[in-house]
Amino acid sequence: MNRRLRIGLFGISSAGLTALMLWAVAGLPAFGDYHHRYGTLLKKVAVSERHATNVVTSIVFDYRGFDTMGEELILFTSVMGVALLLRDVREGADRPRDAVVSDALGLVGLAFSAGLLVLGLYVIAHGPITPGGGFQGGVILSAALLLVWLAGSLRSYMRLTPTPYVDLTEGTGVGGFVVTGLVALLIGTPFLHNLLPYGLAGKLSSGGSIPVVNWATGLAVTAAFLLLYNEFLEERSFVIAGKHK
Amino acid sequence: MSYLPYLLAVWIFLVGLFGIVRSRNFIHLVVCLSVAQSATYVLLLSIGYVKGGTAPIFKDVKPGTKAVDPVVQALTLTDIVVAVAVSALLLAFALKAFDHEGSLDPKQVVEMKG
Repeated sequence: MNRRLRIGLFGISSAGLTALMLWAVAGLPAFGDYHHRYGTLLKKVAVSERHATNVVTSIVFDYRGFDTMGEELILFTSVMGVALLLRDVREGADRPRDAVVSDALGLVGLAFSAGLLVLGLYVIAHGPITPGGGFQGGVILSAALLLVWLAGSLRSYMRLTPTPYVDLTEGTGVGGFVVTGLVALLIGTPFLHNLLPYGLAGKLSSGGSIPVVNWATGLAVTAAFLLLYNEFLEERSFVIAGKHK
Repeated sequence: MSYLPYLLAVWIFLVGLFGIVRSRNFIHLVVCLSVAQSATYVLLLSIGYVKGGTAPIFKDVKPGTKAVDPVVQALTLTDIVVAVAVSALLLAFALKAFDHEGSLDPKQVVEMKG
């Protein structure tokens, strides 16, 4: 299709779409004046019911835990899809040579990497208490390991994150989430029902099964991102090394 | 004025769509899709906003303090994760298309002409 024709068509159809969206906006509650029954109720009862002070986390991993499991499976499936798409071409090929970087860069990168590791673990651990959780902390943890590649070499990054082990971690994380749900089911309560003692609000162990599911998610997200980095980095290094077909 | 954040979301969505339509590069296209998708974060978060409310985290403030809606925040988290998953998969497809056709331009990729 002609480029100008395409943009013209987009102009006409987006004018219609804009009109529809403005219509929808007119029906929304005025900004700053939202009082939905569900959210209002949870704000009132979530802390006393689950002893987790971060209500968003108790929604993600408890009240809407089943929904989050679906979300995690979406992440899992798409990472497997990426692995499936990119993994086949490199079978049996040898590793490309690494670029040499300065010692100063390596040292600073290592210091940052250590700091990020601690921050990532902190963010996951405090998910039920303060802002954070398995998803956010998992991304930070994977970034800490990616720094090894940025400041060091691809070789040391790959040695740090061998794909079979990352695969295993990914499976353990996602599996841990599902098994926590199934255990509740086996006991005779609804799927993902919060079974464990709720503990003291504001403590790391508070929230019953929320910390368990939270850590499982942290593990799964860290591994999912590491797998993505691994697949893309290997693909990229082969393009650069000229070994790509 | 009270509808401005919603209009911002509409605008971000349209800008992203416009970028997708104009795109001549798969990677550019994925970025434009992310822009369009980020409109949903703005929309969700601005719907849940309560004037004068704090974050729905009752660590240092008493439970029952006026706070913004936690449910839409949880939905936004889901939204972001799905966006990452979609981007990763699409970028992998872009790499594959480059492998096969030697180009990232949708016009050059035979199966995508039209």
